[in-house]
Amino acid sequence: MTRHTLSVLVENKPGVLTRVAGLFARRAFNIHSLAVGPTEHDDISRITVVVDVEARPLEQVTKQLNKLVNVIKIVELEDDTSVRRELLLVKVKADAAQRTGVLEVVDLFRAHVVDVATETVVIEAIGSPTKLTALLAALEPYGVREIVQSGTVAIGRGSRSITDRALERVVRSA
Amino acid sequence: MAQGPTPAAPPTPRPSGRSASAAPQSAPPAIGPEEVTGAQSIIRSLEEAGVDVVFGIPGGAILPTYDPLMDSAKVRHILVRHEQGGGHAASGYAHVTGRVGVTMATSGPGATNLVTALADANMDSIPVVAITGQVTASLIGTDAFQEADIVGITLPVTKHNYLVTDPDDIPRVIAEAFHIAATGRPGPVLVDIAKSAMQARTTFRWPQTIDLPGYHPVTKPHTKQVREAARLLATARRPVILAGGGIIRAGASALLRRLVDASGAAVTTTLMGRGALPDDHPQHLGMPGMHGTVPAVAALQRADLIVGLGTRFDDRVTGLLSSFAPQAAVVHADIDPAEIGKNVRADVPIVGDLVEVIADLLVELEREQAQHGKPDVEAWWRQIDAWRSTFPLGYDETDDGHLAPQHVISRIGEITGPEAVYVAGVGQHQMWAAQFIRYQRPRAWLNSGGLGTMGYAVPAAMGAKVGAPDRTVWAIDGDGCFQMTNQELATCTINDIPIKVAIINNSSLGMVRQWQTLFYEERYSNTDLHTGHGTVHIPDFVKLAEAYGAVGLRCETKADVDATIKRANEIDDRPVVVDFTVSRDAMVWPMVAAGVSNDDIQYARGLTPAWDRED
Repeated sequence: MTRHTLSVLVENKPGVLTRVAGLFARRAFNIHSLAVGPTEHDDISRITVVVDVEARPLEQVTKQLNKLVNVIKIVELEDDTSVRRELLLVKVKADAAQRTGVLEVVDLFRAHVVDVATETVVIEAIGSPTKLTALLAALEPYGVREIVQSGTVAIGRGSRSITDRALERVVRSA
Repeated sequence: MAQGPTPAAPPTPRPSGRSASAAPQSAPPAIGPEEVTGAQSIIRSLEEAGVDVVFGIPGGAILPTYDPLMDSAKVRHILVRHEQGGGHAASGYAHVTGRVGVTMATSGPGATNLVTALADANMDSIPVVAITGQVTASLIGTDAFQEADIVGITLPVTKHNYLVTDPDDIPRVIAEAFHIAATGRPGPVLVDIAKSAMQARTTFRWPQTIDLPGYHPVTKPHTKQVREAARLLATARRPVILAGGGIIRAGASALLRRLVDASGAAVTTTLMGRGALPDDHPQHLGMPGMHGTVPAVAALQRADLIVGLGTRFDDRVTGLLSSFAPQAAVVHADIDPAEIGKNVRADVPIVGDLVEVIADLLVELEREQAQHGKPDVEAWWRQIDAWRSTFPLGYDETDDGHLAPQHVISRIGEITGPEAVYVAGVGQHQMWAAQFIRYQRPRAWLNSGGLGTMGYAVPAAMGAKVGAPDRTVWAIDGDGCFQMTNQELATCTINDIPIKVAIINNSSLGMVRQWQTLFYEERYSNTDLHTGHGTVHIPDFVKLAEAYGAVGLRCETKADVDATIKRANEIDDRPVVVDFTVSRDAMVWPMVAAGVSNDDIQYARGLTPAWDRED
């Protein structure tokens, strides 16, 4: 199984996420993670979708996505030419006895403590999926109480912007 | 990107928008502003979109729109008896005219009853716009009376859909809906409009341009790919052109014929593509696939080149995919990029409007042939002709005293002729109608190919007759199919839509029964319909026809077949229903069983051609 990261620029309209997610479901494509948010242009939203490609080639996924009327552009972001980040919030047991050890792990991974209670701390970490997996493994012995994690967001390295041409198109037609 | 001109009634059967990606030469005169209600805005929009007929049923949430509809001098409304009938009628109309068919329904059950018809149009790429009423905007999401999330429900079975709650959006959305339905790969678009938007005051302005940043169908094919396709076609020794329904949607039949003549290739037309090339063309081998002719199936299996034009290499055509056409290079041209490489790997992919693709291909082919001469396909045709003489399409006479269904259907085609329109339901009768009627022109054969919707024939024939009132329209239906949608006979009688219905009555769900005969040890579980073949006729189709104000005829003997068909053809002031009592043991042959290789095609039960001897 191979994993691909797609940046999908869509019109910022109600229901577009449903259309994208529904397409994946009915075409039997597997979504590993999905994140959606605004862009520098009000009319465009950006969906970062990580797909597991097995039964269907990636080409079918992008072609079918392109057929959605509200999808403006799709770009595959390769690992070595893009920056990929996820956000992790994790609540870990950290009473007086354990706290030093936990904070050491936090420092090692350049994470932050964003909430402290008597028995626990909440740690915020941003990084690649591999880094966050390693952090969780390091915290595991202390007792992980709760995890919440965002989908991957990704952006290409270098000066080129994938929204540029899509923007031109939207502005020209406005 | 701005796209214009505005979608209007296309002057020719060809969908207007296919080549309408260029900016308008001169700005069309502005239409509006007019101070109106949202309901009036809907009707004005339909008028400006060039709609001349709507098939629909009113109800609570669409009621405001039916009031100004009554006053429209341009839009005729035909009151159907069930929303599914309205949807299929819109499809039938669209299929014969090449224009967008329109259906209208109310919220909740009215809208959900449309789902089958929309899914059907989606699978067969038929341009349809459905307008549905939705509950008042403030009630959406409260499980209000007759509320259904029809946009959510139809998301997977439409090309696109809209929910409109702001009355000012009505003209823009309806203009976009017609543009999307008719351009690129055609398909159904649903526009769900809240009742509150219909009742509110608004300003009607018909948009001068279409603004869809994510919708740009590619119509102009890639020159390099076309050149490569021409090179292959000029050098192949065993070429086959596989022509699908896309040829008909694109209006590319005349060009296809020129390509066939220029290339010398064998041609097969798919279930959706029947009529794309005349059946009497000498290079035409008939239909491919599960119930295709032996020559068509064998030619595809042994081809060294397949040129697929407007076809999606459906599983019913390819048989077991891994053994399909093992030696063939594949050229695949389609307006929908997602179809290329979906099922069969394309060596030469071409995305574009088939009119442009074939026109370019003809130029390149001529150049190739000028350089290298005409390809040597003589041995190929010797081989094909041997298959044609050994395995012609045919059928056995029956031995139970009932009619041979193939004979009935052949005679309907022969007596009524190629200018008529033939509309089938789904099942054995559909396959026989595809096999035994000779189609000589596009838009003469309508059926539910992709979805396989039983009950398609009567309402689609009704829509076809409205779209082509001067043509004879025969619905070739089954006794099972007919019972699913025959209520539209009332619509036909009342609205002076004189269709003809041939019920190929074997008193059973024939295709299912055929599979039970072949694969379930003749255990006929729930396939007997009791519509004939003995003492019971439930219902009695002749009486049923009469109850609907139609003429009902029954034909039980071979001697009466021709006279009955002629009599039906002479009646033009009301619908005619003919109950042909046919043998239930008749089966559709040839057949490639589901999931097996096309090489294992059976010409008749237990009889598979011995290919090695043929080769």
